[in-house]
Amino acid sequence: MNNANDLTQLIPQAADYVRILPEIVLSIFGMIVMVLDPLMDERRSQRTLGTIALIGSLAALAATLFQGQYPGLGFWNMVRVDSFSVFFHFLVAAVTAVVILTSYEYMAVQGIRAGEYYALVLFGAVGMSLMSSAVELVLIFIALEISSISTYILAGFRREAAISSESSVKYFLLGSFATAFFLYGVALMFGATGSTSITVIGNVLRSGHIPVLAYVGIALMFVGLGFKVAAAPFHVWTPDVYEGAPSPVVGFMSTAPKAAVFAVLLRIMFEADAPGRVWLIWVVAALSMTLGNIGALVQDNVKRLLAYSSIAHAGYLLVAFAALPNNGIPAAMFYTASYAAMNVGAFAVISHIGGKGERYVTLEDYEGLGRRSPLLAATLTIFLLSLIGIPITGGFFAKFYVFSAALQSNLVGLVIIGVLNSAVASYYYLRVIVVMYMREAREEVPLPPIPVGLGTALAISLAATIYLGVLPGRVLDYAARTAAEWAR
Amino acid sequence: MSTGLDNSMLTLVTFIPLAGALLLVVFPRRDRDIRVFALVVSLLEFVLSLHLPVHFQRGQAGFQYEVNNLWISNPNIHYHMGVDGVSMWLVVLTTFLTPLCVLISWKSIHERVKEFFILLLVLQTALIGVFVALDLFLFYFFWEATLIPMALLIGIYGHGRRIYAAVKFFLYTMVASMFMLAAILWLYAKTGTFDFVSIQSAIHNGQVENFAGAATWLFLGFFIAFAVKVPVFPFHTWLPDAHVEAPTAGSVLLAGVLLKMGTYGMLRFNLGLFPEQSRANAWWVMILALIGIVYGALVALVQPNMKKLIAYSSISHLGFVVLGIFSFTQAGLDGATFVMLAHGVSTGALFMLAGILYERRHTYEIAEFGGLASPMPVYATFFLFIVLASVGLPLLNGFIGEFLVLSGAFRDRAVYGILGATGVIWSACYLLWMYQRVFYGKVTHEVNLSLPDLSGRERAALWPAAAAALVMGVAPLLWLNAIDPAVQNVLAPFAQLARKMVGR
Repeated sequence: MNNANDLTQLIPQAADYVRILPEIVLSIFGMIVMVLDPLMDERRSQRTLGTIALIGSLAALAATLFQGQYPGLGFWNMVRVDSFSVFFHFLVAAVTAVVILTSYEYMAVQGIRAGEYYALVLFGAVGMSLMSSAVELVLIFIALEISSISTYILAGFRREAAISSESSVKYFLLGSFATAFFLYGVALMFGATGSTSITVIGNVLRSGHIPVLAYVGIALMFVGLGFKVAAAPFHVWTPDVYEGAPSPVVGFMSTAPKAAVFAVLLRIMFEADAPGRVWLIWVVAALSMTLGNIGALVQDNVKRLLAYSSIAHAGYLLVAFAALPNNGIPAAMFYTASYAAMNVGAFAVISHIGGKGERYVTLEDYEGLGRRSPLLAATLTIFLLSLIGIPITGGFFAKFYVFSAALQSNLVGLVIIGVLNSAVASYYYLRVIVVMYMREAREEVPLPPIPVGLGTALAISLAATIYLGVLPGRVLDYAARTAAEWAR
Repeated sequence: MSTGLDNSMLTLVTFIPLAGALLLVVFPRRDRDIRVFALVVSLLEFVLSLHLPVHFQRGQAGFQYEVNNLWISNPNIHYHMGVDGVSMWLVVLTTFLTPLCVLISWKSIHERVKEFFILLLVLQTALIGVFVALDLFLFYFFWEATLIPMALLIGIYGHGRRIYAAVKFFLYTMVASMFMLAAILWLYAKTGTFDFVSIQSAIHNGQVENFAGAATWLFLGFFIAFAVKVPVFPFHTWLPDAHVEAPTAGSVLLAGVLLKMGTYGMLRFNLGLFPEQSRANAWWVMILALIGIVYGALVALVQPNMKKLIAYSSISHLGFVVLGIFSFTQAGLDGATFVMLAHGVSTGALFMLAGILYERRHTYEIAEFGGLASPMPVYATFFLFIVLASVGLPLLNGFIGEFLVLSGAFRDRAVYGILGATGVIWSACYLLWMYQRVFYGKVTHEVNLSLPDLSGRERAALWPAAAAALVMGVAPLLWLNAIDPAVQNVLAPFAQLARKMVGR
């Protein structure tokens, strides 16, 4: 009797599979893409495989919505579906879909074999999705690795460009280093609390005495995760990697994995109630904002510029982590969503303008864009304004919530640093706008018309950016409910 | 009038230009049709906005035509709009100047016409929004929203150093308004609302915790944003650049309306939310205003460039406004508001006149002209009329406002009044001297002999401005009887403050 009971406990139930349904869907579609790839003619395969991948990401979106109706734990308390995980699943799947739409044209122009590319995007999404629902540190580590390894490879996909391989290798070496840090942290945490389950760790840490080992563990995990979100001082890899990697991939890896890692950070920082959180984050946030913005001021390559900008944005986002949970969690969630919308959009524009071999990526190449392609220029302008944080764009409310959360936790110093940084930042985003509208093109660089896929991708990110800027209430309320769930 | 229309009036007035701009986006690129369309929209807007003063309950303090709907529940942001006597006239000033801007840009803008008028109309919506918003968030939103179209107008359609000017304009305002945003956020964190009226009463009743410690900083946060916009003396360096490089319509709206956003902000928010701090800091603000008046005038005197001269004259005139506002007297504030309106009309007209000349000769250098009165008599007449209005000739619009401001300043402290009064003399000097150099004497440059006089379109743009200058000078009460109660309302806490101090 007892034995039989044990046995049923060891076999996953149907409910368990529902808890990882989006991951299953993504994996299956990824495998379909890989299987079909060698069977198809290379020329024709790009579009077909891309469409399969797109359907996969949309199916994952649907699976997420379905899964959202059955919240709860699964797989022996290793994954948890709650409104928090659903939020990030949705985000990752949506970003994946937009990136795939962007990639249609990009793959064709660059002449890249599409098979593994789309498969890797989907597999990456598996890892990222899993990160946001995993509540067990070892599983988080595995998910992190799934996501990271896919992005390492994706970064090197412009095979004929040396800079792309450099980017891939750099990302891989430094990235593995960082994951090692994370694993160390997990091990120490296990030593300190006797568990790798975030819930249990939280209970132990809240119960009173906090062992020194726990502080070290948190710090090491934070180093590993800080690397992944490109927070200073673990940010040095970012500009080089972003410059070398294919633009749609940069749009992907600057948003989806980041969102997922921020989800992990939220779980560790708030759900596990990490000790020493505020000061650790205070310093890293201030550093990221400042170094990111200063670095961006002198960039002439648009991709590098946005790389530094993403460092700065990681800083703004981290400000929310220093705030109290009931304000900080919704602010951080909102920020990841709106940052994803605007950044994916911006990189979609960049990948279109880049042309074959990504030749046109410097500020000079953007001269006169306002005249050459008013639509593209206007779209990019809106994304940039959102990155600055001008009202009626998502970027504004994102910053707004973060700073007001920090103010409500009396972090006035950090808010002042943040506000000053936003002012500095407006300069370099503005430079791009100035170049597009106020300078004339030196040579007529041919600009192909906007294809359907890219157009859809742009429309989606634009709509999301504006929606979050005009009616942020629904998303924020959703995020606030999540925070309330955790508090219970 | 039905209350339904009254409720949606401000929404209509604010967003009709934006709707026009959106329609222009899908408009075919036929330049002539685009211009006509923009003109029709802006005229329609002007006529519609006249509803506000016509149905305004004069003699009644507080806000009218209010709308207050929840926009976003978290944070607690309301779509709260309303006008009092001060902001209503600023709205009308905006709608009055925009059709003139369209007319004056008819020919001078011949490339990217569509974008130009889109930007102009978007700018108009943002400007009106600034004046009607009663929710601090909404206000900040419109405040920032003015920035982008204006910077683009300067940067795309401006002259030689346009990019430098546009970026400087953008950054100055952007950085300064960050301080205001921080102050607004602080207020929100403590009161849980952005509503101007609620925050005002919370502060007044002492319900805001830690307010005493932060009040001066909050005052400064708002003040810096406004001071850069006005611009008050040490923050003025962006203005001459922006004006000189901007296209004519940009200059007209910049001088006519954008600068008033700053003085309006001081009146509404600095005085409205922080009366005690305003009083405590008034001495140095007034000194800066006086420096602005005299310094602006002196620099204007030596400008070889007509447009730069007018730009510096704006610094001087806006100094009067700040002086009047911080005198905390009825006359001073009435006058300040009136100067805002009068300056909008007359300086707007001066920029149009300068632009007309630029279209013909492609220069603003005063030395390039001389004796223009003979080839362009009608132009010279208009110019003289506007110059006299701007100088402050009695019976024209410049006089009343400056007189009231000076009498207010005098009551506050005699020396302020005396120093301020020199500004009036200076303005006569630089404007009349410029007029003399441009229009009198012999024609020194051959090309100027054959300059065509005003065309019908140009006259159509100038006539309304000239008429307004006259009517405002002859019948100022039409304006002042709406302004007066609003100003009394602003000054109410100051009277209490004074009583408290006397009681002590």
